Amino acid sequence: MDTSSGEPMLQEARQAWLDAQQAEWGDPMRLHRPGRLAAQALDQARDVVAAAVGARPDEVIFTASGVHASHAAAAGLALGRRRVGPRIVTTAIDHSSVLAAAAASGAHDAVQVDHEGHVDLDAWAAAVGTAGTAAACIQVANHEVGTVQPYAEAAEICRRTDVPLVLDATAALGRIDLSNANGWSVLTGWAGAFGGPASVGILVIKKNVRWRPPYLTDDYQGGRWPGVPDVPAIYAAAVALDCWTQSGRTVGERQHDLVDQLRAGIVQRVPDVDVAGDPVRRVPHLLTFSALYVDGETLTLELDKAGFAVASGSACSASSEHPSHVLAAMGALTHGNVRIGLTQATTSAEIDQFLAALPPIVAGIRATVGA
Amino acid sequence: MNEAASSFEGLSLDCRGMKCPRPIIEVARRIGEVSVGSLLELLADDPAAGPDLAAWCRMRGQTLIASDAPRFIVRRES
Repeated sequence: MDTSSGEPMLQEARQAWLDAQQAEWGDPMRLHRPGRLAAQALDQARDVVAAAVGARPDEVIFTASGVHASHAAAAGLALGRRRVGPRIVTTAIDHSSVLAAAAASGAHDAVQVDHEGHVDLDAWAAAVGTAGTAAACIQVANHEVGTVQPYAEAAEICRRTDVPLVLDATAALGRIDLSNANGWSVLTGWAGAFGGPASVGILVIKKNVRWRPPYLTDDYQGGRWPGVPDVPAIYAAAVALDCWTQSGRTVGERQHDLVDQLRAGIVQRVPDVDVAGDPVRRVPHLLTFSALYVDGETLTLELDKAGFAVASGSACSASSEHPSHVLAAMGALTHGNVRIGLTQATTSAEIDQFLAALPPIVAGIRATVGA
Repeated sequence: MNEAASSFEGLSLDCRGMKCPRPIIEVARRIGEVSVGSLLELLADDPAAGPDLAAWCRMRGQTLIASDAPRFIVRRES
């Protein structure tokens, strides 16, 4: 139940990857037959991504990871618009890669969010409208709590003030229809989040945008990302995204119901629990909650012993000394945190098993700490 | 816990050096010792103490009067 660092690879994507590896595709820039076949596969992959986000195929670039795409998006706009100024506006709960890229610009404005994680649009407008703003970044949906941002409204504010918007679609691609999402200048994503290879990042840069590569480039991908593309991995990523486009709505509706079942069950059965995020306008597969007086590390390990693999945003259970910046910015409880991400395979019976296992584990931990 | 470490007049809990959720557990255990309307001081340097004390106050109907790490003040409301 942990898809925080990616959904397990979809069977169709795995098969496509193997088939592509055996197809002996060559360098897509070469004129020989293996090169032409690879170029065709790359074009198909661009078509799939372009259709999913409402862009043109030649605007689609494949990077080495989602983090690379985030860094390239923000730093490239800051470089392209350096005469305007260095400021980059984000929300307080953007992915850490986006916050790092914004901080590296030298002038970062992180706009506050409400208790469910929605950005404050008045504060957003004020921040975006401040002179010297090179770019603004917002998520379609948050990667920890699932809350969908009012990204269309945020985009309209950016359009009015002529500030390019980076739309981080990482948690949303395949799960929320973005084929008609307008108003963004650069869109980022990551194949690992929707059951494609973790080695494929997605960067879509609209044609008229003043973006410059913030790194050395070569002839590949129109001079926007260097090096020979890993075409079999990219092809597998496109197959995974296409699977979601074909069947995603059914899977999404099922996952949405399962998370509702989880949410209601947890609140009902475990006292003193803080469930984070928008209960309705959210991505289908994520749920984050925190149990008062419980430390996240013990909770994660006890759940693991019981057969449930979950992530946590608590400081003691993460790699960092600090608690989740998302939970802290939302005013949500950060200790005793559990982050659940359903896969396509998660069943209602598994949710019931989790709901049966959780209350005695939480009660047991509380008893040992005298809470 | 050293309750004499501060000039605060009233119950002061020195939870510096403790990892969350321990400081919050201590506040929950001891809040009953101050009367309704009175203040409790928490000294805590764990980075989660600020956000978690705010969340605890919200969940428990108490008021966070001051939050300036490592010093926090809670007013007991109920």
